[in-house]
Amino acid sequence: MTYLAKPKFHHPALPKNALGYTHRDYEGAVSTLCAGCGHDSITAAIIQACFELAIEPHRVAKISGIGCSSKTPTYMLGNSHGFNSVHGRMPSILTGANLANRDLIYLGISGDGDSASIGLGQFAHCLRRGVNMVYIVENNGVYGLTKGQFSATADRGSKSKRGFINTDNSIDLVAMALQLGASFVARSFSGDKQQLVPIIKAAIAHRGAAFIDVISPCVAFNNHVGSTKSFDFVREHNEAVNRLDFISTRMPIEISYEPGTVEIVEQHDGSKLALRKLAADYDVHDRTAALGFLQQHAAKGQIVTGLLYVEKDAKDLHAHLRTVDKPLNALDEKDLCPGEKALEAINASLR
Amino acid sequence: MPTAAPISRVNDFVVRFANVNGSGSASANELFARAILRMGIPVAPRNIFPSNIQGLPTWYEVRVSEAGHLGARGGTDLLVAMNPQTFDKDIAGLDPGGYVLYDSTKPLPPSKFRSDITVIGVPLTAICNREYTDPRQRQLFKNIIYIGVLTALIDMDVNAVEKLIGEQYKGKEKLIEPNIHALHLGRDYAVLNLQCPIGLKLRKSDRVGDRIFIDGNAAAALGAVYGGATVCAWYPITPSSSLADAFTRYCARFRVDPQTKKAKYAIIQAEDELASIGIVIGAGWNGARAFTATSGPGISLMQEFIGLAYFAEIPAVIFDVQRAGPSTGMPTRTQQCDIISCAYASHGDTKHVLLFPEDPAESFEFAALAFDLADRLQTPVFVMLDLDIGMNHRLCRPFAWDDSRTYDRGKVMTAEALEAGREFGRYLDVDGDGIPYRTYPGTHPTKGAFFTRGTSHDRYARYTEEGAPYVENMQRLLRKLETAKDMVPRPLLANAAKPTKYGVIYYGSTAPAMDEAIHMIEARGHALDRMRVRAFPFHSSVASFVADHDFVFVVEQNRDAQLRSLIVNECGIDPVRLVPILHYDGTPITARFIAKAIGDHLDQLTVKPLKVTS
Repeated sequence: MTYLAKPKFHHPALPKNALGYTHRDYEGAVSTLCAGCGHDSITAAIIQACFELAIEPHRVAKISGIGCSSKTPTYMLGNSHGFNSVHGRMPSILTGANLANRDLIYLGISGDGDSASIGLGQFAHCLRRGVNMVYIVENNGVYGLTKGQFSATADRGSKSKRGFINTDNSIDLVAMALQLGASFVARSFSGDKQQLVPIIKAAIAHRGAAFIDVISPCVAFNNHVGSTKSFDFVREHNEAVNRLDFISTRMPIEISYEPGTVEIVEQHDGSKLALRKLAADYDVHDRTAALGFLQQHAAKGQIVTGLLYVEKDAKDLHAHLRTVDKPLNALDEKDLCPGEKALEAINASLR
Repeated sequence: MPTAAPISRVNDFVVRFANVNGSGSASANELFARAILRMGIPVAPRNIFPSNIQGLPTWYEVRVSEAGHLGARGGTDLLVAMNPQTFDKDIAGLDPGGYVLYDSTKPLPPSKFRSDITVIGVPLTAICNREYTDPRQRQLFKNIIYIGVLTALIDMDVNAVEKLIGEQYKGKEKLIEPNIHALHLGRDYAVLNLQCPIGLKLRKSDRVGDRIFIDGNAAAALGAVYGGATVCAWYPITPSSSLADAFTRYCARFRVDPQTKKAKYAIIQAEDELASIGIVIGAGWNGARAFTATSGPGISLMQEFIGLAYFAEIPAVIFDVQRAGPSTGMPTRTQQCDIISCAYASHGDTKHVLLFPEDPAESFEFAALAFDLADRLQTPVFVMLDLDIGMNHRLCRPFAWDDSRTYDRGKVMTAEALEAGREFGRYLDVDGDGIPYRTYPGTHPTKGAFFTRGTSHDRYARYTEEGAPYVENMQRLLRKLETAKDMVPRPLLANAAKPTKYGVIYYGSTAPAMDEAIHMIEARGHALDRMRVRAFPFHSSVASFVADHDFVFVVEQNRDAQLRSLIVNECGIDPVRLVPILHYDGTPITARFIAKAIGDHLDQLTVKPLKVTS
């Protein structure tokens, strides 16, 4: 139904968040993706997360590369500035934008082609720098816009719609993100909104490089038997290590947990993550163990999901660079220009 | 006695030091150049160095010119031959009547020299070995010792050298005395054993004035600080790395908040040039002044992103310190060879703003100006330095800044304007100058947000593949470039003393050689009007300059006459009217080269009357 304009009116009784915005205020244009695309579910989860967090919609900058996933920023947060950049280069645009104004929330949307192939270098380097952002890869294992070629996250042995078997090894972006020093790493599934929304909320509240790999089946090119990124396959092989409740600073903890089953993780801004453990001995603060856990389960054909790693005292790039609190784009001549007198002194030293 | 008369000149000669890379000669040689400056005599030093860290040959050339000629001259009058690897070639490069100073610890037979030069041997190694036991000291002080010898040979003010040593080691005082001692070891040897001075002599002058001595990369970096740059993203590449280094240094000095000790800048050494320009574009999109510094290979890598910044209209400043291409080319040699790859960077129809500074003073000015232009025009602006300007110290007029100057942030719509109901269309040409308004992200809760994209878009930044809005947008971008023509630095015109049918166009680091060559051309009886082009797109005066002359020489440092092609293409000029004068062997262009090439051409045109015999 992409040819229909989205109606502007909404039900007067639509619930409002703490800032008085309704869910509609976080929506964007109507999606032009295929009906049933996993990406649209992720878009909905992002909208839901922003609504629930009561973020001012214009305080988000949504930045993407090129591909189906990179189109999705148009379909969310219509009052936010968006930047659909070039293929595989979202991370550098986001890094620059973040340096210019540390006060906005940076949402980087990418895909498996965009991040694991052409953009693997930029993916790696923005994570190792600790750019404060939420980096979401909408991972379907194929190039949709160019009609279904394998991407670098397609598993070895998986079958394409045209019947080809992928012989290349796959890149696990989650394992890479862990190894590269991302301070918040999660994997989820577009078909599991219960799991995905709290993860996105926690990632937004996290100060540092937050990476979320969301398996998002491509209904047009990668949802058949023999694919390891189909709805059925992911549902059958999903191995969630935990369930997450996000408790914002504004919310009192109302949910009661059975003792010993829940770990509370406090974030920089005072928000809390209540983690219900599903895998008994999974430690969400142990980077090396997480890597081992992932590999053992991948060998068994299982897809590990949930919040996989979070660093309690993460530092972001601005902390590393010791930049001033005021956004760099708000500094003026008085802040920046050393002036005539200083220049005279420089001249004198050059004679 | 040499077969040619020894050269005899005061304050006008070229000294060439031939050294081994990594031997510590650079600071001694620079000391030599600075000491001459302190005597009030203009000098133009040039580093000629290999792409190497240690072991390969390197040269330092000091042109002493009381007349103030700062371009490379060509030829050598006094050779300080400290590198056996290049000895024969260095000797061959001496002008007839020239002099060579060499280490005669093991004297060389006359067959190693030429009959038309004066050979001066000083047993430098022997002096060092007698004085020092530590091998590193022997190496370093040898450099200072030959400077000491030179002070006697060319009548240099030894006090100026001593004073400079004092300034150089301020804070490391215990190094001053040993250096001065080494200096006098050389000087004393020369005074006792050699005929001093030789035919080349220095005499105190007052021709330096208030000029300053700095390299173009540092000057450009300082210009970026003054111009309000806050984000720098770069990837190391010769010959541009020292620009980012200097920016880092100046920021540490001028941009750290005295109270909080926090930085009013962010510098990222990126993973490659693609990320560098991406970071710059991201920061520019978000309202910070941002730049990258690179060279030709980096420009090639940045092409896709430059097209995005052009089409999505995002300010960005790119310093291209050009080196000899193509490909890796000659990384440590100079050229002006990226003119076309920058002017038309990226696929599709694009045109960009280029600035051509002639020296460090203009590098400073154009650097600061580039940020105003980028913000005003919402487009990438290239500052086209080259290795000759960027990496050599050059005497230039002092930097100037007016404290009342404000940054031109261009057309940025504020939250107040949006709130007041002003119409906002990101690509809407409200003023007819082709420049639309933009908003910074996060400006207003419900108004002024737009989607930036490299895909075709209409006036309101909405995606479209319709032909009409696409064409309208592309035409507006041309209109914007028209607007730019009157904003960029104008060409500078210098008319010949008498009316002439011929002109010459030149730009960038060619300027000092051209300014010198004009006198040599005049001495051959020719008159030329001169135009120094300082920016692209070209001001209308470029086309009229060509129209006003029968033909115009275009002097540049590349093989393909790139600026000439731009003039032909952009001003619609018959190529026959533009005569290319091209120098592209990697060395800086010289006045001798220009004067000969242009002079010979004009000689052919001069009709010589037949001698009438009766």
